[in-house]
Amino acid sequence: MKKYILTSTLAALLTLGGLSVPALAGPEDVVVENAWSRASIGMNRPGAAYMTIRNTGDEPVTLIGLTTPLAMMPEIHETKTNAEGVSSMTPAGEIAIAPGESVALESGGLHAMLMRLQEPMTEGDTFPLTLLFDDGGEVTVEVPILGIAARGPDD
Amino acid sequence: MRRRAILGYGAPGVGAVALMLFVGWWQVDGPGGPEPIGQRPVALTAMDFRLTDHEGNAVGPETLIGRPTMAFFGFTYCPDVCPTTLSDISGWLDDLGDEADEMNVVFITVDPERDTVETMAEYVGYFHPAIRGWTGPEEQIARVADGFHATYERVPTESGDYTMNHSASVFLFAASGRFVTMIDYHEPREFAVPKIRRALEEETEGAT
Repeated sequence: MKKYILTSTLAALLTLGGLSVPALAGPEDVVVENAWSRASIGMNRPGAAYMTIRNTGDEPVTLIGLTTPLAMMPEIHETKTNAEGVSSMTPAGEIAIAPGESVALESGGLHAMLMRLQEPMTEGDTFPLTLLFDDGGEVTVEVPILGIAARGPDD
Repeated sequence: MRRRAILGYGAPGVGAVALMLFVGWWQVDGPGGPEPIGQRPVALTAMDFRLTDHEGNAVGPETLIGRPTMAFFGFTYCPDVCPTTLSDISGWLDDLGDEADEMNVVFITVDPERDTVETMAEYVGYFHPAIRGWTGPEEQIARVADGFHATYERVPTESGDYTMNHSASVFLFAASGRFVTMIDYHEPREFAVPKIRRALEEETEGAT
């Protein structure tokens, strides 16, 4: 736990210029835009965060995981709604982003699922979320926490 | 009119016709018929369930008759679909303005184990004030889902908790209780308000 905090603090120090969004850090070719999340009620419920991840480089990148001091188990999940209108959520696994392409984490599709919150998500706060890539690269973004009823990053 | 002709054959004839009709209904629409997937809900007047709203009032399908109704299923531990749907609905209600006051808007939990009356009260408080939260015993929730032809299922998660798969459509009923239409989760959101207006208008047409 201590080691984990150290590395994440180090990563934050090395890569973060400030709390602004969009944030660009780590692998220079990955840009994270429009990050946002909803406030939580307490700590028992999982949270969700949304953003657009853009690969501006010439090589494909693969997102393999997430870390954040906010949640013990952050994972990319995907909501799927079948022909009968039934929604379900499953871990999305690795996400490859081709050069010049972007992947949207948005309501009703892919999202960063924040399981086992370590503290409540409070409207007006932000939290650091680190995206881990298969080449060992990391990108840390400060995610603003909006209201529970927020509909998008501009709410 | 047909009935008058049938009367001529007397009671046995009526009985035979009634039996034929009953057999036909049983095989086509009744319990003997095939179960189509993604069926429309039955009319609210044909439903029978007892739940409690987030203020502790006893409610049932009859609570909804007399005003158009927008109803949907979810649970408060849902991180993505449910807050999104609730925010969308809050936005539609804002768009409808005063018209929204003429509607029932009901969020029915499929997770009564965690969603107590108090939990529902806290949760719906974050959204449009017209939204009511309904919960109740598991077997009553099952009856509601039956009436709506909605499905839900408890699924364990890696974190040791569980989540719920559930029908994510928003169902619209006329004031008479007749089912009008539904707003599917993946439908373009701009279709929603016109659909809600349709349910509102059915009221004045004296829907069947």
